[in-house]
Amino acid sequence: MIIRIMGEGQYDVDERVVEELNVIDNRIVDHVSKNEEVGFKADLGRLISTVKINGKQVDAKEITKSDIIIPPKDLTLEEAKGIFKGDGLIKD
Amino acid sequence: MGLLDRMETVVKAKMNKIMEKVEDPRETLDYSYEKQLELLQNVKRGVAEVTTSKKRLELQKAKLQENIDRMASQAREAVNAGRDDLAKMAIERKVVLTAQADSLDKQIADLNAEQQKLTAAENRLAIKVESFRAKKETIKAQYSAAEAQTKISESVTGISEEMADVGLAMQRAEDKTEQMKARSAALDELLESGVLEDYSGGDQIEGELAKAKTSSDVDAELARLKQEAKK
Repeated sequence: MIIRIMGEGQYDVDERVVEELNVIDNRIVDHVSKNEEVGFKADLGRLISTVKINGKQVDAKEITKSDIIIPPKDLTLEEAKGIFKGDGLIKD
Repeated sequence: MGLLDRMETVVKAKMNKIMEKVEDPRETLDYSYEKQLELLQNVKRGVAEVTTSKKRLELQKAKLQENIDRMASQAREAVNAGRDDLAKMAIERKVVLTAQADSLDKQIADLNAEQQKLTAAENRLAIKVESFRAKKETIKAQYSAAEAQTKISESVTGISEEMADVGLAMQRAEDKTEQMKARSAALDELLESGVLEDYSGGDQIEGELAKAKTSSDVDAELARLKQEAKK
């Protein structure tokens, strides 16, 4: 399965890893709702490293869509809140 | 709904904007390719913009450093002349200026990181755009209309995702550059007017704490200079 890490390109990752990613993702939701900056940063970093450790980088020449999209590693808690509120991170 | 699902929604919304519908699917290929070249140009401009801002901060830093050196030598001269009061004033200014210089260093490092990120994004996009160009010619030449439809939709979706990604990186870099420009303009004004003391801008407690720290730093520095003068 193809996973994009925003700002870093795509990785080909075994589907079994998704379960692990979901667990971390749920923790991130929790951190955002509780305004926990440190935990948020740590788990976002974990999300990204889990993909990198378990995946193989897709050749830059490949043009393919992703199954999962992971935000950039320097995403701030404030930006994450904006995403959850639906404010959108990307301007039109 | 997790952050990942949300992120996908955000990116998809952007992609839909990028992939506007065109009547003939083959035209979609050319249209998308044009958009890609446009974006590539924009990213190049973005990199140049960040670089310019960084240079500006570096110039400011150099100016600050000159001031810091001048204050340091004035303090030394004052101590030698037995004027502790003047020495203290020079040291006070030096401490404030040094704090500004440290904050500039951090901003320069931030912009440097943005510059690297954008350059990497530019390189990745350039490779994909070239790959898309080759693919688009193959699709046009080799596939029937029905087959082409699927191939086109695959490639256009794939490249649009990359474009959304690059678009976000650009937007965040722009936001950062804008913030720094504003701060840097404020610092320029203060450097000219000579009221740097007020620049910290933090809340009152923070301000008082900073003052307390400054004053102990100043005393320590004065003591050090006097010790040196005795030698």
